[in-house]
Amino acid sequence: MSDALSRMLAERDWILADGATGTNLFNMGLSSGDAPEFWNETEQDKIRALYSGAVDAGSDLFLTNSFGSNASRLKLHNAAHRARELSRMAAEIGRDIADKAGRPVIVAGSQGPTGEIMAPMGSLTHEIAVEMFHEQAEGLKEGGADVLWVETISAPEEMKAAAEAAKLADMPLCATMSFDTAGRTMMGVTSEAWAKLAEKLTKVPLAYGANCGVGASDLLRTVLGFSSLGGDLPIIAKGNAGIPKYVDGHIHYDGTPDLMADYAVLARDSGATIIGGCCGTMPEHLEKMRAALETRPKGPRPSLEEIAERLGGFSSASDGTGADAAAAPERKRRRRRG
Amino acid sequence: MADEDDDIILSELDDEELVQQMHDDLYDGLKEEIEEGVNILLERGWQPYDVLTKALVGGMKIVGDDFRDGILFVPEVLLAANAMKAGMFILKPLLAETGARTIGRMVIGTVKGDIHDIGKNLVGMMMEGAGFEVVDLGINNPVEDYLEALEREQADILGMSALLTTTMPYMKVVIDSLVEKGLRENYIVLVGGAPLNEEFGRAIGADAYCRDAAVAVETAKTLMARKHNQLAAG
Repeated sequence: MSDALSRMLAERDWILADGATGTNLFNMGLSSGDAPEFWNETEQDKIRALYSGAVDAGSDLFLTNSFGSNASRLKLHNAAHRARELSRMAAEIGRDIADKAGRPVIVAGSQGPTGEIMAPMGSLTHEIAVEMFHEQAEGLKEGGADVLWVETISAPEEMKAAAEAAKLADMPLCATMSFDTAGRTMMGVTSEAWAKLAEKLTKVPLAYGANCGVGASDLLRTVLGFSSLGGDLPIIAKGNAGIPKYVDGHIHYDGTPDLMADYAVLARDSGATIIGGCCGTMPEHLEKMRAALETRPKGPRPSLEEIAERLGGFSSASDGTGADAAAAPERKRRRRRG
Repeated sequence: MADEDDDIILSELDDEELVQQMHDDLYDGLKEEIEEGVNILLERGWQPYDVLTKALVGGMKIVGDDFRDGILFVPEVLLAANAMKAGMFILKPLLAETGARTIGRMVIGTVKGDIHDIGKNLVGMMMEGAGFEVVDLGINNPVEDYLEALEREQADILGMSALLTTTMPYMKVVIDSLVEKGLRENYIVLVGGAPLNEEFGRAIGADAYCRDAAVAVETAKTLMARKHNQLAAG
């Protein structure tokens, strides 16, 4: 148990992660179209402010500004060759902020998807995907990240590649998928399938779970799906602060700090250990989440009705566990060809 | 049934059975079977346009409906679209010869700053599957690229995609430019992407927000029909 997150998981009943990266940077003046990762070099004060915002609001763990610092995403900005360097910078700033926090704070090296479809359906091969994730992981490691944090993944093939890269980099791993399509990931992965895959990855994560997706309610429904399986791995819940609305030329998430406080305790009651927000979750949300987790006692496992009542309704009737698949209207199959 | 694995000889099926079987094969993403089916129907004297609409578009409609209803997911739809494309590859030159009309032309692309293209590609494939002509501008498109392509292609429909909350406001930049130049009324503007919703579509002045590729196809058909009616009435 040499790594910082394993130690924290052993000591604590819950860990508060951070909130949004994109929404915060957007509010600091990032214009649509620019790669946020360039700011690790050119606007370091803003990246420091992003990280400090989470730490000062009570986060025990925050993600580095490296979601898109892989060769595939940076290629768009003619900066594919800078993947390792920009990842390293993201982690270096994070290391510095965490070390000055005066309490244990985990620097989690964010790794988002490549944005490409994996072979055989798409053009991205397993080998190249591993190489891209590995390059990014080495940069994050050099910069002092405590753990790799693979997030917003929808394809199992891509998750496997990222886990293999974590093994190559010899780094502990946390991993979350996004469940945004009828309770499943865009590629059709159920909460159950992801829970089972997590335990079988080349590099078994310290914790696994869900992030982003639709709203806070949907995310907790997915978490209930994970915890109902009774696995041993700690569960991560990182849901959006409600649903995005377009107000006066800006994107605004309709989840209030009080709603996210309710979400945080419901996430714990649903079986999550590492709890944070995703898009739209600002420091003021995190403060309320922290206070709620500290002051409210752990409650019983919530029902779906209770979640809907307190956080809002679900985006789909299907819960994405796959349990209702049999109830789906059976297509009349004519004949199968041998 | 799965355990009933008799081989089906496509050429032994009558027309109606063959079309049904092609719908099943599209659903299962069986590319070679679709190519074989298309060729058999053509040999039997079917018009290329009928093969397209009855066998292929009809089959893709089932795929689209099940995708919309959360029964099929992206991987299955990509396989089906791939099989559809193989059939279209055979039909395309024949359709051009017969001068068969298409039902509309769409320019589609992901907005500036956004490199996501899975959703956009799906919409493009499903639109082609429904018989539209699709001009794909790829990812990261500035406003000029959209305007230039709409003009060059004499397009009916503009489709814009964004998957990031940081890039979705750019859709409004494009629509505002169309309004400024007095071109907005020339095009049906459809927008889509995971973080969007109907309210956003309305707020930026799009004709419709499309939740998924199946909805995009249905919406495009409806709005094209309305456009034709208005032109006829005008």
